[in-house]
Amino acid sequence: MISLTDFLIVSAALFCIGLYMILSKHNAIQILIGIELMLNAAILNLVAFGKYDRFNNGGQMFALFAIVLAAATTAVALAIILNVYKKYKTIDPGQVDKLKD
Amino acid sequence: MTLVQFLFYVMSFIALGSALFVAATKNLVRSIFMFFITLFALAGLYVLALADFVAITQIVIYVGGILVLILFAFMLSGKEALNILVQQRKPFISIKTIPALLLAALFLIVLINMVVKVDANNLGWIKKSVAFKNEIQPNAAMTENIGVNLMTSYLLPFEAISILLMLALVGAAHLSRKGGSQ
Repeated sequence: MISLTDFLIVSAALFCIGLYMILSKHNAIQILIGIELMLNAAILNLVAFGKYDRFNNGGQMFALFAIVLAAATTAVALAIILNVYKKYKTIDPGQVDKLKD
Repeated sequence: MTLVQFLFYVMSFIALGSALFVAATKNLVRSIFMFFITLFALAGLYVLALADFVAITQIVIYVGGILVLILFAFMLSGKEALNILVQQRKPFISIKTIPALLLAALFLIVLINMVVKVDANNLGWIKKSVAFKNEIQPNAAMTENIGVNLMTSYLLPFEAISILLMLALVGAAHLSRKGGSQ
């Protein structure tokens, strides 16, 4: 069978790719994709450890909760990005530097 | 090398390769579509971790919901976002991305060092779970157990997340309303 260490290494690499995207991109949508990659790395860990919990299913259950949370986060974040685009005509987070008034 | 291991390596190679492509490419639409591939490969990895219900949920919610939402937002945010991307004709490693690359690489080294040191297969509770046959078998049907657990032991998080989903729905609808509230 596949050992837990393999899953952990894959998810560590995914997490670091997401971290790189968040730090280096100048586009809010790409930063959002980076956040999704990091969330997916965390879900992969939850699922991999959840294999050893047959009766309570703790890992798989909280993986489901994390997926739903990611959906809610994305909906709100995209609404915010659209509003920012309407106001600033750009979605580069580095150029969004004014408060409302 | 068994077939399961072979599939695991193929899936993780696809996931990591397409994630790297998403991070490296300059074309935003292409990176969004490659993100589809990453999510599908991750769903395959979930199946190999014997979590088929989570894999199906991943495909339904992520691929069906979130990515279509991201595509919509990208298309609605218009030409300006595309213009920004066309302007930046930089190589992958430029002076601006070196700090990000360095931080990500060092963090990866730290994480892998930790993973190797922890040696997750020999943790106490995992050995106990294998000894007491608390491990999910490949031929077990877990969906029924998940449903029963969701309505009994995990009822409180379930309700909390339903309230949070409703709040997010109301918030997103309020934010994206035409006209604004001023």
